[in-house]
Amino acid sequence: VKTAVLKVFSAVFVVASLAVACLWWSPAPPAWTEEEIGVLRTLWLESLPELPPDPSNAVADNPAAAEFGKRLFFDMRLSANGAVSCATCHQAERGFTDGLQKAQGIGVASRHTPSISGTAYSPWQFWDGRRDSQWSQALVPLEEANEQGLSRRQVVAIVAGDEEYRTRYENLFGALPDLTTADAGPLNDAFANVGKAIAAFERTVMPTYSRFDEYVAAVVSGESDRQPALFNDDEVWGLRLFTGKANCTQCHNGPLLTNFEFHNTGVISFPGDIPDKARVTGVAEVLANEFNCRSPYSDDPSHDCAELDFVRTGPTLIGAFKTPSLRNLAAPFMHKGQLETLADVLRNYNDAPEAMIGHNEAKPLGLKARELRQLEAFLNTLPAPVAGLPANIQSK
Amino acid sequence: LLSPLSHAEGLVVSYTTPDGEPRINSMHSWILHVETESGVPVEGAKIEVDGGMPEHNHGLPTRPRVTQDLGGGDYKLDGVRFHMRGHWEIVVTVTTDSGVSKVTIPLEL
Repeated sequence: VKTAVLKVFSAVFVVASLAVACLWWSPAPPAWTEEEIGVLRTLWLESLPELPPDPSNAVADNPAAAEFGKRLFFDMRLSANGAVSCATCHQAERGFTDGLQKAQGIGVASRHTPSISGTAYSPWQFWDGRRDSQWSQALVPLEEANEQGLSRRQVVAIVAGDEEYRTRYENLFGALPDLTTADAGPLNDAFANVGKAIAAFERTVMPTYSRFDEYVAAVVSGESDRQPALFNDDEVWGLRLFTGKANCTQCHNGPLLTNFEFHNTGVISFPGDIPDKARVTGVAEVLANEFNCRSPYSDDPSHDCAELDFVRTGPTLIGAFKTPSLRNLAAPFMHKGQLETLADVLRNYNDAPEAMIGHNEAKPLGLKARELRQLEAFLNTLPAPVAGLPANIQSK
Repeated sequence: LLSPLSHAEGLVVSYTTPDGEPRINSMHSWILHVETESGVPVEGAKIEVDGGMPEHNHGLPTRPRVTQDLGGGDYKLDGVRFHMRGHWEIVVTVTTDSGVSKVTIPLEL
């Protein structure tokens, strides 16, 4: 009887082990076809086109403006309590985000801090795209009560009151307005110029080569012996899922792994918050914004504002947020940092729950646990340091 | 680049993309050409364009618009952008004195 029981146990053990092995084990991935390599190329950092000009900002590519903007970016005097700068939330050492769910300035802001890396390529800024340039974006936190909490007059006064800043400003933009008499026009000009200097710095903040890019380089050049050292089998399978049945490249496409468009993916609302209407309000705000592309504060004499001219509005944008670049992948995730881990994010896409408001564009994926693990392994090859990291910045 | 033709209710709409083949995430222009089935250009029509990805149940990321009637049945369509690969459908609504026609142009990106 004992032997029989042992045999049964052994049989059960063997079957169970095989089942576990099937769940966790994958065969070696096949070689990439030419067509697949073509797709990988589109995601490769080498495919990033030259940075398009920003005609709305005359100093966008001026190194002196970037230098001035860098100082402003890290300057905590630019806040009502003297303790918050742009860099409080956009922390260079964290890829220009902060690791928090919602941004923490003077108070708690309404959404999660997005990275600024690569945002010079985006027609829209913020999770809801409520600004259409980096410079007009940079002005918002300065005046937001929970972020830096200043008035625009106070911002300009800080620049005017610092001899070095005043010189840097006037070399770039001409004389500062007399703050005792300046009315809205000249004051707004000077305020916009502060944003333009900050944007000139932000334009230099770019993603760098990740392990994924090294791997694509090895694939593209046909160096098959180098590939296993760069990507293990799980990472390769994860990349296959990413470009295949997991549908990730529907939105996370191009070399920045984002299409910079707005999608409702049924992410659950932040605990205690009513669901965020997102793009549907963001688009109304950008169209009305006093510093948008059509405004007199834009430096583009042609006022060619194709993004605003052809922008989509309407109810399909309810609950739709801008696709974030995956090159800045860092927890927590989503527009309010609601999802703590990548596994949570992947579960959300795998389940594709009904959206709390609007309509979830995603469909359930039916991925198995092993596939989710492989996808996660691949995603972890994407983070890389950010270029444009400032050296020797002293917080004032 | 010349598209396959699309028919509906006696009209034929074709398009060319003067800036080369459409690339995703890049705003570009199309030239639409509208003619009757017997090949007569449809001039002076009111043209409206919409579309999307039926599989994903979403529209175009932008709202393209005809900005110029080039004559000879040609119309300049500006503000076209696609933000995903896959199957798209562009729906062209042509309004003339004789009525309204909808023509669907399929597109694989």
